[in-house]
Amino acid sequence: WPYCRKRCSYCNFNKYVVPAVDEAAVRACLVREAQTLLRLSRVRSITSVFFGGGTPSLASPGTIAAVLEAVAGAAHLPADAEVTLEVNPSSASTPRLAGFRAAGVNRLSIGVQSLDDAELRLLGREHTAAEAREAVEAARRLFPGRTSIDLLFGLPGQSRSAWARGLEAALGLCDDHVSLYQLTLERGTVLAAQVQGGSLPTPAQDLLADMYHTACDALVAAGFRHYEVSNFARKGALSTHNLSYWRAEQYIGVGPGAHGRFVPWGEGSCSREARVQTLEPDAWMREVQSRGHGTRRRVVLSPLEQLEEVLALGLRTDEGITQERWGRFSPQLSLEAVFGVPGEAQELQQQGWLVLDGSGLRCSREGLALLDSLLPALLCQLQR
Amino acid sequence: QEKLDMSMYPVESIRNFSIIAHVDHGKSTLADRLLEITGTIAKTGCNKQVLDKLQVERERGITVKAQSASLFYNHNEVNYLLNLIDTPGHVDFSYEVSRSLSACQGVILVVDANEGIQAQTVANFYLAFEAQLAIIPVINKIDLKNADPERVEKQIEKLFDIPVDECVRISAKRGTNVEKVLQKVIEKIPPPHCNTADPLKALVFDSTFDHYRGVIANIALFGGEIEKGHKIVSAHTKKRYEVNEVGILTPNEQPTHKLYAGQVGYLIAGMKEVTEAQIGDTLFLYKQPVEPLPGFKSAKPMVFAGMYPVDQTEYNNLKSALERLTLNDSSVNVHRDNSLALGAGWRLGFLGLLHMEVFNQRLEQEYNMSVILTAPTVPYKAVLSSAKLIKEYGKKEITIISPAQFPDKLSVSEYLEPTVLGTIVTPQEYIGKIIVLCQDRRAVQKDMLYIDEHRVMLKYLFPLNEIVVDFYDALKSLSSGYASFDYEDAGYQAADLIKMDILLNGNPVEELATIVHNDKAYATGKFLCERLKDAIPRQLFEIAIQAAIGKKIIARETLKAYRKNVVAKCYGGDITRRMKLLKRQAEGKKLMRKIGNVEVPRDAFIRVLKRQTDK
Repeated sequence: WPYCRKRCSYCNFNKYVVPAVDEAAVRACLVREAQTLLRLSRVRSITSVFFGGGTPSLASPGTIAAVLEAVAGAAHLPADAEVTLEVNPSSASTPRLAGFRAAGVNRLSIGVQSLDDAELRLLGREHTAAEAREAVEAARRLFPGRTSIDLLFGLPGQSRSAWARGLEAALGLCDDHVSLYQLTLERGTVLAAQVQGGSLPTPAQDLLADMYHTACDALVAAGFRHYEVSNFARKGALSTHNLSYWRAEQYIGVGPGAHGRFVPWGEGSCSREARVQTLEPDAWMREVQSRGHGTRRRVVLSPLEQLEEVLALGLRTDEGITQERWGRFSPQLSLEAVFGVPGEAQELQQQGWLVLDGSGLRCSREGLALLDSLLPALLCQLQR
Repeated sequence: QEKLDMSMYPVESIRNFSIIAHVDHGKSTLADRLLEITGTIAKTGCNKQVLDKLQVERERGITVKAQSASLFYNHNEVNYLLNLIDTPGHVDFSYEVSRSLSACQGVILVVDANEGIQAQTVANFYLAFEAQLAIIPVINKIDLKNADPERVEKQIEKLFDIPVDECVRISAKRGTNVEKVLQKVIEKIPPPHCNTADPLKALVFDSTFDHYRGVIANIALFGGEIEKGHKIVSAHTKKRYEVNEVGILTPNEQPTHKLYAGQVGYLIAGMKEVTEAQIGDTLFLYKQPVEPLPGFKSAKPMVFAGMYPVDQTEYNNLKSALERLTLNDSSVNVHRDNSLALGAGWRLGFLGLLHMEVFNQRLEQEYNMSVILTAPTVPYKAVLSSAKLIKEYGKKEITIISPAQFPDKLSVSEYLEPTVLGTIVTPQEYIGKIIVLCQDRRAVQKDMLYIDEHRVMLKYLFPLNEIVVDFYDALKSLSSGYASFDYEDAGYQAADLIKMDILLNGNPVEELATIVHNDKAYATGKFLCERLKDAIPRQLFEIAIQAAIGKKIIARETLKAYRKNVVAKCYGGDITRRMKLLKRQAEGKKLMRKIGNVEVPRDAFIRVLKRQTDK
């Protein structure tokens, strides 16, 4: 759902703020495209559904229900498949959330970002800290154990102590899943311009590293498993949907700007493709109406490219890349054959950043924080 | 095309003169007006810097190449031939100025009515004075609000000993009183002292290259006559040529039957390269050699800079661009050079910083080439004491062009550095700061004199390398633009030079080794370390960046290790973008230079070595 009521100061996603949305038309196109792509992929069973955007909680539960119905009609959608909806605290009243639950949603991801009003204003968020709290509490009542919150750290001007306070408040409020993101100043955003122009300070590298590590420690101490660079879960409440990205499984993207990775057997192809749907909603709708789907770009991924994705994404998780998964994408060359020989990977292992053993290849705790410094070298080794 | 008959102008009716001035005082504008008044060019509203033919000259408002123009003027019933020889206005080209002046019998010295005497006014005055030329002081820009011609006339009297009543006050822009200048030229400047009956003796005071006609040499005849068919010889190269065409410049080429003694014009004689018609050379008739005119010297480079193509694939393009550009500029010294970091390139010698900048600008504008200029270095010398090295080089005193060639202290009895005598003219309120600046540049004061109640002229002996990078900028900056600077070669002096290495985690980086004076070692070392720190990406371990002399570390910067470097979000939409970026980084890694365990991107060297002025 690509629409929002306003654009936050740090956001550079494919989002659109429009005065009025023809929900019926959008709904019809989402349904149509879902059906078309599902048939194209010949997928038999769906493991998870994720409603992202934009602000999906601005769509009506009816639209959510329609899409889920379409999915269930074109493939098998098990009753216990994870169905997540991203929620903005300003459109998260109990009745509304209940409506989504009735429509088939069984997990919520709430964009809290911060529990401090000044910080929320800096970020250009639509809600107050109090509203965020209410939203989380409402969500936990309706979706116990299945609510996730998003948090940001490293805001310009944010002190260590401010973050510590924020972390404590979040830990007191959250359910069993937390997504913790370092704020990235993207070119073209209002916030980036403010920092560039000097009206806001640039956060120091060391401070950011400290904030991250403090947060990881605190979350782990509170019983969370640090299962991906930015994601923490306790009592097994991991996000199935996101795991499928990092495990390079198949996924179908529906809607403006959505991304997918699957094999379009329906067209006679047998190669995994990277696909993206047309970004601009109106253009996307026209395409869906005329030919059933609005796929803007599709690129066949070569075996090497697929392996590169497996590597770069898999190393983001604590389980890393299992021998078995690697074997599926690289039947001839095992992990050992690529990374177990003298070279970059071995050096990194010796330095304590990587681990290669019987289970597979993964980062050490320290290595995870420095993954982007390790990956270029590993990619070189893989390419050779 | 009908050819002009130059025999109509006997020696007594000829005046050869030049206009000299400090930058921007109105030399070229005055030349424009003189051309208009004498009907040489049509009077339109848009005659501006007519004699400046190069795009770069017109853009920067400077004269780079000397041009000449023959003007015809009737005064008191007599037809006069006035030869105006335009001169480059910048110190870098003082040799060209002096050669042009040797073809003249007088000069018009233009001084801005508001700015008054500046450093180059003085420098050029002395050139004319030493050449014993008649000097007509002209005070220009009297139309401007802040003009104070009376004050300037007094300066001229005090500094140059020329009586106040000899000054002419004009506005070249408006044309006010310009005709009076012409009359003074006729009255005050003597005709040339030479004879057509003598054997041919011609001075080359400039040359240009034309693709169709070959080299066009600007000449002034000191004796004899010259015409098509004559066989002539160059005193410098000893080569023989046959004259194809002679003529005058008005300011475009106008062929004539002959040129006579005392006249100024051009000659085309089948020369293929401008190096065959060097400035200051003497031409004479075959089998009638004459005493060559004094003052000829090969252009001496004062400033060297490394020039490299941005990418090695552009090497051949740059090579041919350089070849063509130097066709018309014989004063650029070209040596091939090789840098570990930047690949194959050249070390070019220029007459000065302006010469280098103009050259670079012409490369960009006329040949569309973008290059990397490394920090200019100067030609140090060493007097060898090691018999082995003396044999290897074939001489005792060698010029060290790059740090790789720096001979060890043990093999050397003395190191030498080039020096210049600099003249600074400044309002007195900046004297203190300027003195500090000069001292900071290892300069020794040679003279200090008050020009008038407000201004001082300072003379300092500078090591050349202290002014080639940014002295001029610093001077202008701390004097709010009022101080002016001019310099001339002052030979070599003994210097305590050392070779400084840059180390990364203990391993030397060849590309960044520099030759520096001991007094400046620390400051330079610190500067290089800081720049390198900004140019290398952080890595998984700490990097010690050090400047060292031999084994001694004199400066250090530390590049801390990364503690966190992983992108926060990586979901569906982010993945494609992420992979692209990662693959680009992987490609970049392959191009990196590894020094010890430190990975250095290729552009790191460029960023450290590049001239840092962003003018």
